[in-house]
Amino acid sequence: MNIENSTSQQDKKTIRARLKTFLAPVPLIGWLLGIFGAVLVEYFLGDLISYYFGLPKIPVLFGFLTVLKKPLLMPGTIGYLALVYGVPILVIAKTLQKPANRIADFLDRGPVTVAAFVHLGLLYGALHFWADLSDYRLLVLKLTMIAIMLTLSINIINGYMGEFSCSHPGFMALGAYTASAITLLLFTDDKQFGIALLPAALGPYLFPLALIAGGIAAALGALVIAIPSFRTRGDYLAIISLAFLFIVKSVIENLEFVGGPRGMSSQPHYSTLPVVFIVMVLCIWIINNFVRSTMGKALNAVRDNELAAEAMTVNTRKTKIITFMFGAFWAGVAGGLFAHVLRYVNPGSFGIQRLAEILAMVYFGGLNSVTGSIVGAVSINVLGEALRPLEIYKWIIIPLLLIVVMLVRPTGLISFTEFKPKELMKPRHNREEGA
Amino acid sequence: MDLFLQNIVNGLQWGSFYALIALGYSMVYSILMLFNFAHGDVFMVGSYIGFGVATALLGFVAMTGIPLPGWLILILTILFSMFFTSFVGMFIERVGYRPLRDAPRASAAITGLMIGIILETGNLAILGARRLSFPQLIESATYQFGGVYVTNKKILIVGVSLGLMYLLHRFIQNSKWGMAMRAMSFDFQAVPLMGVSINKIAPLTFAIGSALASAAGILYGLAYPVLDPYMGILLGWKAFVAAILGGRGSILGAALAGFLLGFIEIFVAWIFPSTLRDVIAYSIILLILTFRPHGFFGQAHSTQLRL
Repeated sequence: MNIENSTSQQDKKTIRARLKTFLAPVPLIGWLLGIFGAVLVEYFLGDLISYYFGLPKIPVLFGFLTVLKKPLLMPGTIGYLALVYGVPILVIAKTLQKPANRIADFLDRGPVTVAAFVHLGLLYGALHFWADLSDYRLLVLKLTMIAIMLTLSINIINGYMGEFSCSHPGFMALGAYTASAITLLLFTDDKQFGIALLPAALGPYLFPLALIAGGIAAALGALVIAIPSFRTRGDYLAIISLAFLFIVKSVIENLEFVGGPRGMSSQPHYSTLPVVFIVMVLCIWIINNFVRSTMGKALNAVRDNELAAEAMTVNTRKTKIITFMFGAFWAGVAGGLFAHVLRYVNPGSFGIQRLAEILAMVYFGGLNSVTGSIVGAVSINVLGEALRPLEIYKWIIIPLLLIVVMLVRPTGLISFTEFKPKELMKPRHNREEGA
Repeated sequence: MDLFLQNIVNGLQWGSFYALIALGYSMVYSILMLFNFAHGDVFMVGSYIGFGVATALLGFVAMTGIPLPGWLILILTILFSMFFTSFVGMFIERVGYRPLRDAPRASAAITGLMIGIILETGNLAILGARRLSFPQLIESATYQFGGVYVTNKKILIVGVSLGLMYLLHRFIQNSKWGMAMRAMSFDFQAVPLMGVSINKIAPLTFAIGSALASAAGILYGLAYPVLDPYMGILLGWKAFVAAILGGRGSILGAALAGFLLGFIEIFVAWIFPSTLRDVIAYSIILLILTFRPHGFFGQAHSTQLRL
C-alpha cells in the first residue's frame, strides 16, 4: 500500500467534506440572501471595484465577454468576481445562517405558497438589481426565462411522454404571431393593422389575455399532431411534427396580413422583467404540478409501455391529447413573450435552427426532470451568450459539449428526478444542534 | 401538355437528389434503427469535397497540359469524392453512433444533429462565408424533343442517379456484404451471434450512404453551381421526410418517395404560386402519413422508443 498517497487522498476528501459540513447548514433562503447582498454590492460599488481591478467597466456576464476579448484582464476579472460575488455570498450566507434557519423553520410551518412567495420575492429582487445595470443583462435574463419555459414544455412531450416531437418552434410561432397580432390590433397604431381599437393604457393589463390567446392558438395547432399520434409513434410522429413545423412556417410566410416573410415589428413593450418572471414562475409551478399529478404518472406509463398502460385503465388517447395541447400551450405563451421581448417576429426565427437549440437545451439538462430543464435552459443560454466573442467557434464548442454530455450521460445531466420546492426550502439544522 | 412533360423532366431531376440522399437515411435506419441526422450535412460536405477534387483535377490538367476531357474529370471527381466522403460517414458512425448504440434513441439523434452543426460551422470557419461556385466540367447543351427542352446535364443527373441506385441494388442483393446487411436489418441482435460483426456492417452502411450523398452533392453542384455551408439543411430534412414516407428502412421505398417528393414540389410550384410549395407538399405528406402511418413499404410493426 502506498500510504502517503492514500493519506493525501484522505486529506483531499476531508477538505471537501469539511467544506460540505461547513456549508450544509445554510438553507436556501440564506443563499438567496447572500446573492441579494452580492447583487447589491455590485449595484452600489461595482463601478468602484471594477476601477480598482483595472477593468474598463463592470463585467456584464460574469466576465466571460471581457476575458474572451482581452485575455490579459483575466486576473482582474477573477478578482472582481471573487470580491463582488464570492465573498459576499459566502459571508452573508454563513453569518446569517442561524436567523435564516429560523426564518426557514417559520416558513416551513406555514403554507408552502407563502414560503414560495418569500423565496421568489428575494430571487426577483436579486435579478432586478442584477439586470438593472445593463440592458444586455436584461435581455439575456428575459430570453433565458423564456428558454426555461420552452424547455419545460418540450420536456413534457419528449421527456415525460417519450415522443420525439420536433414541432416546438411551430407552436412558439403560433403563440408569437397570435399574441403580437392581438396587441398590435388592439393597443397600437401601426401600418399593418391600422389605428388602435382600445386605449393603449389598457394594454399591460390585457396582455396576459393576449398571451393566453397565443397559447390557445398553439394548443389548437397541437391537435394536428396529437390526433395522428393515436395510431403512430416514434419516427413517424417525429416526421409528422417536423412537417407541421414546416407547414406553420410556410403558411405564415404566405399570410400577407401578418407581414409575410418580413414579419411584424414594433410590438408594444409589455414583456417587462416582472411580467416574464411571473409567467415563468407560473409555468414552472403548473408544469411541476402537472407532472406530479396522476396525469403525469400516466405519461410515464404511456411512454414505457402503451399497451400495459391501456390495460391499467389509463386513457392513452386523452393523455396524449392533453399532453400535446398542454405542452404546446406553454410553448405558445413563451412565444408570445418572446415576440414582445424582441418586439419583432419573422418566420425565419422559428426554423430548424431554433428546433436544434430547444432540443439541445432539453437533452442537455435532462429528460423527465423539471430541475434538469431549468439547468439545461440556463446553461445553454448563458453559455451561448458568454461565448459570443468567439463568434462562429461558439457553434463548435456548444455542440461538442453536448456530444460529450450525450456520451457520458445519455439522458442528460439531471434526468429522472422530481422537483420538490418544499424540500428545497426546508431549514437545514446542524446535526449537533438537532441532537 | 408540353409544360406537363417539361415538369416531369424537372421533377425527375429534382427528385433524384432527394432519392440519393434518402437512400443514406434509409440504409442506416434499416441496420441500426436510428436516423443519421448529420446526413444532410454529409451531402454538403460531399459537395464541397467534390468542389475540391474538381478544382484539383482542373489544376492538374492546367499544370501538366494533359488534355483530359470534361466527362473524364467529372467521372473521376464523382469517384474520388465518393471515396473521401465515405470516411466522413464512417467517422460520424464511430464518434456519434457507436458509443450510443444501447442508449436512448433520442440521444443518438441529438449527437447526429450536433455533428451536423459542427460540420456546418467548421466549414464556415475554414472556408469563410463566401459562396463557392462549382466548376462547370461539361459544356451544357440543350436538346428539344417536341416542345420539351432537356439539357444534357439533366440527362446526366438522372442517369447517374438511376445507375447508382441500380448498383446499390445489385450490391445489396448479390454481394456477400449486401447479404450481411440484409440479415442485419432483419435482426440486428441475432446476426452478430452468427459471426457477422455489427462494427463492420454499420460503418459500411454509413460509408455507402455518405458516398451516395456525395454523388448527390456533385450532381447538385452541376445543376445549381452555388455552394454554401447551409445547403444541406433544407435538402437533407426533406430527404429525411422522403425516407420516412417510403417506409423506414425500405431502400426501394426511399428512392421512390424521393422521386415522388421531387414531383410533388415541382408540380405544386407549377400549378400554385411557388411560395405555397412547402405548405402543399407537406400537407400532402401529412395526409399520406395519416392514412398510411408506416409509409409506402414500411412494415407495420410498432417499435418502442428505447427510452
